[in-house]
Amino acid sequence: MDAETHLVTDLEANQVTDRTLRGRTAVVGIGETRYYKHGTSPDPEFKMVLEAILAACEDAGLHPRDIDGFASFSHDRNDPPRIAAALGLPDLRYSGMVWGGGGGGGSGAVAHAAAAVATGLAEVVVVFRGLAQGQFGRYGRGDRVQAAEGPDAFTAPYGVLSPAQNFAMRVRRFMWEHGIGQEALRAIALTSYAHAQRNPRAVMYGRPLSAEEYDHSRLIVEPFRLFDCCLESDGAAAVIVTSGGRAKDLRQKPAYIAAAVQGSGYRQAAAAHNAPDYPTSNFKTLAPRLYAMAGVGPQDIDVLQSYENFTGGVLMSIVEHGFCRPEEVNEFFTPETFAFEGGRLPLNTSGGNLAECYMHGLELIIEAVRQIRGTSSCQVPEVKLSMVTSGPMVQPVSSSIYSSEPGP
Amino acid sequence: MSDRPNSTGDRLDPAARAEPGGGADPVGDRPDSVGGHTYHLPEGLPAPAPSPDGLGAEFFAAARRHELVVQRCPSCGTWQWGPEYVCHHCLSFNLAYERVEPRGSIYSFERCWHPVHPALNEAVPYLVVLVELPQAGGVRMVGNLQGDPLQDVEIGAQVEAVFEDHEEADPPFTLVHWRVPSKGTVWPG
Repeated sequence: MDAETHLVTDLEANQVTDRTLRGRTAVVGIGETRYYKHGTSPDPEFKMVLEAILAACEDAGLHPRDIDGFASFSHDRNDPPRIAAALGLPDLRYSGMVWGGGGGGGSGAVAHAAAAVATGLAEVVVVFRGLAQGQFGRYGRGDRVQAAEGPDAFTAPYGVLSPAQNFAMRVRRFMWEHGIGQEALRAIALTSYAHAQRNPRAVMYGRPLSAEEYDHSRLIVEPFRLFDCCLESDGAAAVIVTSGGRAKDLRQKPAYIAAAVQGSGYRQAAAAHNAPDYPTSNFKTLAPRLYAMAGVGPQDIDVLQSYENFTGGVLMSIVEHGFCRPEEVNEFFTPETFAFEGGRLPLNTSGGNLAECYMHGLELIIEAVRQIRGTSSCQVPEVKLSMVTSGPMVQPVSSSIYSSEPGP
Repeated sequence: MSDRPNSTGDRLDPAARAEPGGGADPVGDRPDSVGGHTYHLPEGLPAPAPSPDGLGAEFFAAARRHELVVQRCPSCGTWQWGPEYVCHHCLSFNLAYERVEPRGSIYSFERCWHPVHPALNEAVPYLVVLVELPQAGGVRMVGNLQGDPLQDVEIGAQVEAVFEDHEEADPPFTLVHWRVPSKGTVWPG
């Protein structure tokens, strides 16, 4: 059985109506702690997770003891039984984890929550992420081990130890194959910083970025400069998913989950940079399933939150979700295209991982919900469909689409 | 290994600087080699080691002999890298390693400026290349490109392996670097 056979089977399965998640659940609550620069939170990670969950309950108008399930991703350290005990939950009916590092599982955790609710495994599921990075390690410094074993043995001895270094060669190859200039990456960074200037929650609020500052910022690993790289942050975030029926009676306008899927293409996790299709954000097999589940196409999306571990990942994510072809990147990727006011594809309207906070992209899902509610600090007019791409270049990745209306 | 700045090895081999495309020291003052070692990157980075269960040991043993080997399935002939327990094509657990010509072409590259390890504090920039081995089913290997760290790197350029012995390490190991061969090199096959 080859990879292509699997893909066709999946697409057909998604078109069977009674096996779709489309519109059956909704995000009804969002909660965040204050977002801090890494190492500056006064609170431990677990306490921040509890704060975010309680804030989401307050936002939704739900009692914390209504919660009966949890979903998270990226090997979150704060496990659901401990949270359930801390909050005195009477019956923990569901817990789910999307494996894989980075933010690749963000929308996948929403899919888990939606699936649990849609199938009756649970009624009210919290998707959460706690990330006090200052209490653990630094991204720009590799582990100080004497010997590198397993896949690391083929990279670490050559000075390849950081996430930026693990992804730069994918992006370099993609840019080389399609003749893409550095200005495309710059447009993504400028967009995030511009939008963050309107968002008081953003760590980079009050710290605008100009094209000149970008061009003169220090190189991290080519083609990435400092401002092509995500922040490192302390904080926690949570969203609450429940059934579409129950959502109508709660405090907020529901953000119906039109689609949420995860995926990873053929041998994308092959060790030592051996994914057969290398210059990719890893969304090629997922995007068709995403749109099939939602019953929409990229032309229908009003606003996009695209996970920025590095700008180059956003570049490939946008292409692989069908918003522009590779040969159109140089003209499409401009700050004007991505501006919340009048842009063809309003992008990362809270400032995202580059300028709001690095909450492994759960802050992007929260911003997508705000766009449905009409409460963003960079609100796009009359948003009907709001989309998130989670975690390019990792394995698995995931995406989700939120709708102002329930599905069929 | 310690966190101290490199004091015993200089990443820039003076001979390498004189290679075509090299020339003047492009990155200013750096200590010359002391202690007799001229490693491409300073000592102190993690040493390569097979998994505790031995997966990958054949590759590291071959590198000690200055040979390049890649995993290949005797049943169906599929090449694969990095080492795995099972053939991803025919799903046979009966895997072997096959010696291949130590050369390839640059598939992608990155020039690293931020020192991601204390040992690299005085050693940036340096070049990492992803080398494709067409004679081994197109598998790829990560290594450092020797020569001027500011050289223009051409995707598609032919490169040959350079085996760098670390005899004083315990246990000794050999890294597989890459370089653009001097003009006139004729490869076998």
